[in-house]
Amino acid sequence: MEINLEKHFQDTVDAEIKIEPKDWMPEKYRQTLLRQISQHAHSEIVGMLPEANWITRAPSLRRKAILLAKVQDEAGHGLYLYSSAETLGISREEMYDQLHTGKAKYSSIFNYPTITWADMGAIGWLVDGAAIMNQVPLCRASYGPYARAMVRICKEESFHQRQGFELLLTLSKGNEAQKRMCQDAINRWWWPSIMMFGPPDDESPNTLQSVKWKIKRFTNDELRQKFVDVSAEQVKLLGMVLPDKNLVWNEARGHYDFGAIDWNEFWNVVKGNGPCNKQRLETRKKAWEDGAWVREAAMAYAEKKKEKNVKAA
Amino acid sequence: MNKEWPLWEVFIRSRQGLDHKHAGSLHAADAAMAIENARDVYTRRMEGVSIWVVESKHIHASNPDDAGALYDPANDKAYRHPTFYDLPDELKHM
Ligand SMILES: [Fe+2]
Ligand SMILES: [Fe+2]
Ligand SMILES: [Fe+2]
Repeated sequence: MEINLEKHFQDTVDAEIKIEPKDWMPEKYRQTLLRQISQHAHSEIVGMLPEANWITRAPSLRRKAILLAKVQDEAGHGLYLYSSAETLGISREEMYDQLHTGKAKYSSIFNYPTITWADMGAIGWLVDGAAIMNQVPLCRASYGPYARAMVRICKEESFHQRQGFELLLTLSKGNEAQKRMCQDAINRWWWPSIMMFGPPDDESPNTLQSVKWKIKRFTNDELRQKFVDVSAEQVKLLGMVLPDKNLVWNEARGHYDFGAIDWNEFWNVVKGNGPCNKQRLETRKKAWEDGAWVREAAMAYAEKKKEKNVKAA
Repeated sequence: MNKEWPLWEVFIRSRQGLDHKHAGSLHAADAAMAIENARDVYTRRMEGVSIWVVESKHIHASNPDDAGALYDPANDKAYRHPTFYDLPDELKHM
């Protein structure tokens, strides 16, 4: 029986038919999705923090409105993803709990500090850019609620990257200090951004299964290469450089070669020793705890109103 | 007290004259808050002109395992489709 169910499931996936919440699915598929979707949701939520840091200090009303809109979008992305994870039978509170206790991870990129205004540009261009590269194929993921959430997210993401590039472009045409600030932000964000695609293929044993289940469509290294190729061209328009001496076009491969990634740094940040891990988690927990009385009051009010309505009827 | 806000399903009419379509779900204390939150997350770019919300627990769904039996009655009735009928090419406006 089990065998038949698994075969039917894989046939469905192979035929590019979406799996919906009530359909039978292998437990491992459900677990993989849960981990991936909730991790992604946490990243959207924690990802608001480094940018929120600059909202009050945006250099113009235009930039401030844009940054606010972007951060608000990220909150929405978190919501879409949490909702799709909930269809797999986990509660929102359980997921928050996993985040707050450190049991669940979020993207390591958000453990880096945003120390200058140019960081808002570098994040938009590189961090959102890498996220988009990752997420576009997820719009075709085999799990329906996930794929639908990703379609909505990808539609909204494209302005995130464009506003970031525009911000950097403005700085790149500014005075010497502004140009330096622009290059410095690119220098600091480049390597963490290409780490966002995750460990190299030979060290990510789960990729194969995820590809088979059509949760993933490309491997980490394939996506990373694509991102390097487009960024290496885009940076020229800024008149800036990527901080990699080994970045060079390889005619034979039809791709850019690039330098070795410092995976020690990556794993170190994943393990909690990045520059901002503690601060991010504490800010997040504080926001949740400080909001507790609001959630409780709203619930109490709603229940009281309901009672009144019942009596009046 | 520790009570989670209930889950709501959100349906949006994107343009006057179109059906409401499922957009997603969210948590809210009551219907009024669910509509306001839906406005904030699902219509930030003019995606809607009308919002419905319904508490998820009120939605009853068919079971995909029953799909075979459930839709079987419609399976062998090709004559319900206009293409079933063999008519001369000269026949116009039909
Ligand atoms: Fe996002
Ligand atoms: Fe994202
Ligand atoms: Fe974004």
